[in-house]
Amino acid sequence: MPDTPILLREQQYHQIKAVLARLRIDSCAKVVFLVDKDGQEIASLGEVGNLDTTSLASLAAGNVAATGGMAQLIGEKEFPTLSHEGERESIHISVIGRLLLVVVFDDRSSLGLVKLRSKQISQQLSKMFDEIANADNGDLESPFAGITDEDIDSLFS
Amino acid sequence: MTFINYASREINCKIVYYGPGLCGKTTNLQYIFDSTAPQSKGKLISLATETDRTLFFDFMPLELGTVRGFKTRFHLYTVPGQVFYDASRKLILKGVDGVVFVADSQEERMDANIESLYNLEENLQSQGYDLMKIPYVLQLNKRDLTNIIRVEDLAAELRRKGEPVVEAVASTGTGVFDTLKAVAKQVLTELRKS
Repeated sequence: MPDTPILLREQQYHQIKAVLARLRIDSCAKVVFLVDKDGQEIASLGEVGNLDTTSLASLAAGNVAATGGMAQLIGEKEFPTLSHEGERESIHISVIGRLLLVVVFDDRSSLGLVKLRSKQISQQLSKMFDEIANADNGDLESPFAGITDEDIDSLFS
Repeated sequence: MTFINYASREINCKIVYYGPGLCGKTTNLQYIFDSTAPQSKGKLISLATETDRTLFFDFMPLELGTVRGFKTRFHLYTVPGQVFYDASRKLILKGVDGVVFVADSQEERMDANIESLYNLEENLQSQGYDLMKIPYVLQLNKRDLTNIIRVEDLAAELRRKGEPVVEAVASTGTGVFDTLKAVAKQVLTELRKS
């Protein structure tokens, strides 16, 4: 079945950001992202600067999807972590349920440290996200509930 | 899959352009990219072969504007059309909110259209979606060529559920934004229902 939409409340968003901030400090990373497996960026933190975080999120999801496909071909469920090491910058991706934790780091850190710290917070993020996914959002008013055809048309004018 | 962030007041939706090889999916995205103001779009990412055939996907984020204080952003994807990239097509359909089927109007591509449409239905199903329920638009592309099938005949063969049918020449932009608007409207209408 397709996943249900993600509704992220303000408080939950700030909680996620706080966890990412701690990971960033503990792992001496440049940037830390949380991305949905479908390629939607949920939160990012760090030296984002001119980094195109939307594209990075989409490509990270594509990367995990492709390697996940390879994993299944050889009889594995998925590859839970992926690392790409460059000359100066590197990326480490952990798969946490329907989330991807993406850490961008340079020579101020190391792959071992990033792996360790990512693993340490993955359970916490997983639990937080389970709560988000299973939350009763009946009290949240959809921003689209009262939208009119004119509102939609005005987006294209 | 729609993502609504109440903190940053953003809504993100995913639209996938599907269709047989060389039907003009990437051309649709390229035209949207070229005609959109820089502040409304991100980069156009193209994972293509050296001969410019889509290898994995094309991607561009497009910001349409604000609805009720929420920034409305569409993530546009294409799939690789060539038959042997089926595994990639399945992956790209994950989390889709709306689909555009780009049909090639040329007579000799009719079989490829039918095969690709069948493949779309099958791959949507494998991801838990039903073509009959998902926001969907049929675009008849390459209407400027000479060896094309009549619109009525194409629609009779390819139309599945009374979806909007848009005639297009993606290379010049004809019908490109009409197609996008038709699918985006359905996606937003679905959001209103939910």
